Amino acid sequence: MARRAVEAALAGGADYADARVVVLRHQSLSARNGDLDSLVDSEQAGLGIRALHGSSWGFYAVAELGNAAARRAGERAAEIARASAMVSGPKMPLADVPVVTDRYETPHQEDPFSISTGEKADLVVGVTDLLRETEGVALARAGVTFWDTEKWFVSSQGHEIFQHLVESGCGMSAMAVGEDETQIRSYPQSFGQFETGGYEVVRRWDMPSAAPRIAEEAVALLRADPCPSGEMDLILEGSQLALQIHESVGHAIELDRILGWEAAFAGTSFLELPNLGSFRYGSDLMNVTADATLPGALGTFGYDDEGTPAQRVDIVREGVWVGVLSGRDSAALAGVNPGGMVRADGYNRLPMVRMTNVGLLPGSGSLEEIIADTRRGVLMSTNRSWSIDDKRLNFQFGCEIAWEIVDGRKGRMLKNPTYTGITPRFWASLDRVAGEEEWVHWGTPNCGKGQPMQVAHTGHSAAPARFRNVRVGVRA
Amino acid sequence: MNPQEIADRVVDLVAGRAEAHVNVLTGPSALTRFANSFIHQNVAEEQLEVSLTVAVDGRVATRSGSRIDALEELVESALEAARLRPVDPEWPGVAPPEPIADFGRYDPETASAEPARRAEIVRDFVQAAPQLRAAGYCSTSADRLGFANTAGHRGEVGRTVAILDGIHQTDASAGKAHRASARIADLDGSDAGAEAARLATGSADPADLEPGRYQVVLAPECVATVAVFLAAYGFNARAHIEDRSFVRLGSRQFDPAFSMWDDPEGGLGFPVDVEGTPKRRVVFVDRGVSTSLAHDRRTAGLLGADSTGHAVPGGAQFGAFPTDLVVGPGDRSVEELVGSMERGLLVTEFNYCRVVEPKSLVVTGLTRNGTFLVEDGRVVGAVSNLRFTQSFVEGLAEGAVLGVGSVCRFADSELGPTLVRAPAMRLASWNFTGGARG
Repeated sequence: MARRAVEAALAGGADYADARVVVLRHQSLSARNGDLDSLVDSEQAGLGIRALHGSSWGFYAVAELGNAAARRAGERAAEIARASAMVSGPKMPLADVPVVTDRYETPHQEDPFSISTGEKADLVVGVTDLLRETEGVALARAGVTFWDTEKWFVSSQGHEIFQHLVESGCGMSAMAVGEDETQIRSYPQSFGQFETGGYEVVRRWDMPSAAPRIAEEAVALLRADPCPSGEMDLILEGSQLALQIHESVGHAIELDRILGWEAAFAGTSFLELPNLGSFRYGSDLMNVTADATLPGALGTFGYDDEGTPAQRVDIVREGVWVGVLSGRDSAALAGVNPGGMVRADGYNRLPMVRMTNVGLLPGSGSLEEIIADTRRGVLMSTNRSWSIDDKRLNFQFGCEIAWEIVDGRKGRMLKNPTYTGITPRFWASLDRVAGEEEWVHWGTPNCGKGQPMQVAHTGHSAAPARFRNVRVGVRA
Repeated sequence: MNPQEIADRVVDLVAGRAEAHVNVLTGPSALTRFANSFIHQNVAEEQLEVSLTVAVDGRVATRSGSRIDALEELVESALEAARLRPVDPEWPGVAPPEPIADFGRYDPETASAEPARRAEIVRDFVQAAPQLRAAGYCSTSADRLGFANTAGHRGEVGRTVAILDGIHQTDASAGKAHRASARIADLDGSDAGAEAARLATGSADPADLEPGRYQVVLAPECVATVAVFLAAYGFNARAHIEDRSFVRLGSRQFDPAFSMWDDPEGGLGFPVDVEGTPKRRVVFVDRGVSTSLAHDRRTAGLLGADSTGHAVPGGAQFGAFPTDLVVGPGDRSVEELVGSMERGLLVTEFNYCRVVEPKSLVVTGLTRNGTFLVEDGRVVGAVSNLRFTQSFVEGLAEGAVLGVGSVCRFADSELGPTLVRAPAMRLASWNFTGGARG
């Protein structure tokens, strides 16, 4: 069927075409205060084809699975691409990639869709019951989410690739409500933790065991002192650092942003291509890779949606910017190797540059040792708010909880912690990164980009780290 | 089959074994995207989504799919999932039959718009300032929603939406223009391109400004973002029930110059929500006083109220959301709002706004696409983008609204286009907490 679509696009005048047939199953269950408040299953199936003509991609998607619909889609994709010639630019080149016939499947132990709905419901409802055992918890939530994706990829250059991807995740939160405030604690991180893998992911994160601590911290936050304002050392727990990497590194290194393709919506980047290989992004301890081969990480796959093999690419090496996230078109324009980082949100969206697993490589030591080595500062954990400008320079994050650090000891709990900074200055202040023992492949299941909007699943490996002299405690 | 027929077919397949409500969305959707002054991504799809909610003795499950050839499987799997879950104590039942208004917002010309028509509009936008770099999109969609439920409520409604949203850029600045309508004929690429170009060239040499509190004139895009956050975090009955909302019904929480309501008849949304309830006009803020909440059937049941027709997908968790908001216009031109400001900022658009604290609705975000310093009632120059950290409720508090623009138009918002019609607004104080240097 995908081949029929590609043939029709070529017959319609396309210089190049590729097609994906995707069958995506999704299930989510969520509980609130002892009741299952949502059980949603969906199955999306269809074909999407893109055709390159001159300077533009034309894309067309149909929800029908059949050769006639596929041919119609191919013809329409080519027609749409041709119409773009009314407002055309330079011819879009495509970088060469190996033409392969292959299969890939996410390694997993337990098919999450084979676990009974009843068992999943009991888990999330039971977790909210556990959270509410702590007096003062007003709103207890828990949920699990699973995706099972089968996709067939065919290109006019001869690619034929089948992939079966399995992703699983879970999360819970406890909220305490005060007179004019709410306080929340989440586990494993805000919005939950997501990985490639099966139901074993949910079992491993063991929400019931963490529930009492999370609930107690949420209630205690109502009585905690506010985070002080000023410049001080900042220690970030791993999941918050993961989001910091996502926002201030991952998006900034997207080649489509650097080339201006996202200027009107997601924005551009402070990075400029002539500085690739020389720009100092951060301190010598900053080593960042984009690695789509990491076992278990959320941004792991066999091939991207252009048929380019998953790979590991150096992004920042000892503080120097050396790599980008790219696809075949953007890589050819920029003169870099295509990184296999183009993915689409379902059959009905045009593939675009997306993060894979963009992570900070571990250093040495432990969070405990970093705290012991800090004279005055704050330790912040679990994201609560995030905002960054359209060039990925000026950011501000809020966390759910913090602790004061004085003379190497973790002291009083602090509420409403925030910090702000300018990306390269912030990363230049990185002076400690914990070791591999505390390095976790955090997953972000809600990365929005593109028009029409697409949501991508990305991974960000991180261990706790320390930054010097950061502005904390921004207030309204 | 048309969407109504598909919906009827699904209800037939349920065959009395459960309460059921089904929505079927079909129709073409297309978006022509441009950057660096040429079209680079041009997409279209034939939409098809079937979403079925069933309740078997109060046990509720929702299943959706895109396969018209697998409707029986969709129904059986939804019933099976429902039987396996606990009773939902909040299940309100399906909506009773009620007449659904037809607002006449289905424009055949928009529904049949070809890529060449969108490309013409893009061309006009780009050519309005060929010396600048243009980026943005022109989209058209023609949605048909068919619905049916086991209470005998059924119907089909349609709408078309056409949007032009674009920026022109210099090396150091950008300016934006936004247009939305049910009719593609209303989109004037040349006019929008000229507006964006004026803003871009006017802010081409921005200076850094010290953060601090400033008076502001907020353009409609900024006001639209304030409105959607007030609605989602405040006037959402679910948030109110859970004590997460700032709203105190009957209290004067805002300036008398501020009113906000939902007006389905004048908006671009469907006249019916995802539960089949007709959308009703609801006044959330009447001259500064918080008056009403947005309900779906669940929250209405919990509070003994009627659904206002604002159920959205995912609403069981997040609550109701109004999709045709209006911020009440005033009687001033933008020039008058600026002209009455001794010193302050004219802000074109907010960007990347996120809630720092939901109950007090403290939000952080940035300015974008044109920020200007005003002194003695005149724009004296452009300034670099600034970060703010501001309670949206306090920003509109009694005494804080110094003037409201007379032109109320569809404005893009942080949560997307077509949701809000808003005017410009002059506010007494806005807390800017960071600038280009941090």
